[in-house]
Amino acid sequence: MKNKTTSVLRLLAAVASLAILGAVTSTLHAEDTPAAAPAAAAAPAPTPVAFADAPLKAQTAYLQAALTNGDPTPTNIAPVAVAGHTAWMMVSAALVLLMTLPGLALFYGGLVRSKNVLSMLAMCLGITGLVAIIWWAVGYSLVFGTNFASPFIGGSEFFFLKGIDSAPNTSYAYWIPQNVFCIFQLTFAIITPALIFGATAERLKFTALMAFVGLWMFVVYFPLAHMVWGATGLMNGVWNADAKIPAIDFAGGTVVHMSSGWSALILCILLGKRVGHGKEPMPPHSLVLTMIGTGLLWVGWYGFNAGSALAADSVAANAFLTTTLATAVAAFVWPLLEFILKGKPSVLGMCSGAVAGLVVVTPACGFVNTTGAVIIGVVAGVVPYFAVTVVKHLFKYDDALDTFGIHGVGGTVGALITGVLVNPAVNGNLVSDAYAAKNGLKAAIESHSLIVAQAKAAGITVALAVIGTLVITLIVKLLIGLRPSVEAEHQGLDITDHGEEGYTH
Amino acid sequence: MKKIEAIIKPFKLEEVKDALSELGIEGMTVTEVKGFGRQKGHTEIYRGSEYTVDFLPKIKIEIVVADGALEGAVAAIVKTAKTGKIGDGKVFVLPVENAVRIRTDETGDKAV
Repeated sequence: MKNKTTSVLRLLAAVASLAILGAVTSTLHAEDTPAAAPAAAAAPAPTPVAFADAPLKAQTAYLQAALTNGDPTPTNIAPVAVAGHTAWMMVSAALVLLMTLPGLALFYGGLVRSKNVLSMLAMCLGITGLVAIIWWAVGYSLVFGTNFASPFIGGSEFFFLKGIDSAPNTSYAYWIPQNVFCIFQLTFAIITPALIFGATAERLKFTALMAFVGLWMFVVYFPLAHMVWGATGLMNGVWNADAKIPAIDFAGGTVVHMSSGWSALILCILLGKRVGHGKEPMPPHSLVLTMIGTGLLWVGWYGFNAGSALAADSVAANAFLTTTLATAVAAFVWPLLEFILKGKPSVLGMCSGAVAGLVVVTPACGFVNTTGAVIIGVVAGVVPYFAVTVVKHLFKYDDALDTFGIHGVGGTVGALITGVLVNPAVNGNLVSDAYAAKNGLKAAIESHSLIVAQAKAAGITVALAVIGTLVITLIVKLLIGLRPSVEAEHQGLDITDHGEEGYTH
Repeated sequence: MKKIEAIIKPFKLEEVKDALSELGIEGMTVTEVKGFGRQKGHTEIYRGSEYTVDFLPKIKIEIVVADGALEGAVAAIVKTAKTGKIGDGKVFVLPVENAVRIRTDETGDKAV
């Protein structure tokens, strides 16, 4: 039976590879035909002039805009990729990839038993490969395209990254190349599904995991990322004048942490507990690896949070500082609680606090000031602490590495608290005439009622993650099954799924 | 000939080894072991999951000595490994029938 399933999977993998090859061939031919004119030429814009031909006053204004990440539209000179912004965004993209490889891999890898350490590394690497392929084929377009004119999903104009080059896509950023924007966003699409599998650690088959990710990207991530960050997105309060829900999410509280955290909860419940859970000890096999992973996550998160300004500007600088403060405070408060309640401040507590701080400040970092960041740090040290140490044991689900407790709960708290601590003094886009004044964001901030929109966005995120994960899990269970045999689980996934061991002495 | 098996606290190993060397005992076998006696284990907490660790790390020293050297060796081990607290360990003495030094084929007391 097992052999049969494996053969079917191998066949499927081969067919998928052929399909991709075919698609590549077709796009190669497509490149021969001249690129179509941009579909969405809504208002007849004046023909842009070259920089050299523009009047001096326009040139000066254009340079000013380039330096400060401003809007160059009034100058009538087309924006180009600018050195400083582009350099920072390439570094940021690399930093966010560093969060997964090897940050998250080591963070999770250290927390499992030694017989499963490679399963965590394989998960991170495997998802990186799979998501990059999907991103290139359709993913980027489904999130950041606009030709479906839908608040729920992007478009088809960028399938196979057609037309993506070093020219900026001004729907998202004036001064960085679209290919850099594309890879920056890819690194977010990689780490998000990878976060889920902390909850299911030590008992989910690798094949089931990859199949789950393949479906989850389409059902949960692409629609959600478009709704929150897409130019026509339903909940993109800052950049979509027509957003029905004027919510804000600077770097991915809903898109990344809530989506992965709530999906993790559902998946780990459907999957069931690890064999021996609650009866035999399952301590982390190397908190040293976990600490290294935590440090890499923290440093990489600067790309994630400050990079989400999509420029090296004042908003990025503020996000850099708020991220540091919230994280440091949470990394202090979590072990302080342990010290008070249990007697000993643990290294795992410090690591958990740091990650919780990073999670909770993610949606807020570009929208709050330093006082807000410190408040967020305290909340991040307290709420996920009780989610992990009390709630989990109360409801008896096996969220093995606490993906839900930290990312699900922390992400939700972050989304809501952003609506309370938001401060337009640190980010003028929050009250811009072009977008925020039209979709109600400015009014919500001025009347201190943004938390309503934030709660709506959080509710939609939870609904999508929970329902999507339920359906996908049942499909994967039906097609290839979720769990290894009890014997294989005892032996460890490293040998049974990957045919190798993390440590040989 | 007698075999001495001593279970001691790991941090006492250097002291015990030095004391035995002073008595002219030239060889020993040391193993890192785990076990428990009257000393209780300790509790480890990982994010609220508590595990009781019953088996504590100890060091097992094995030496074989001529009958005449037994008393001094045991006394040296007991003296140096003692902290006076629970968990100091135990010393066992067993009879040994014979010993062979592989390199020279010597047997009995000459071989230890």
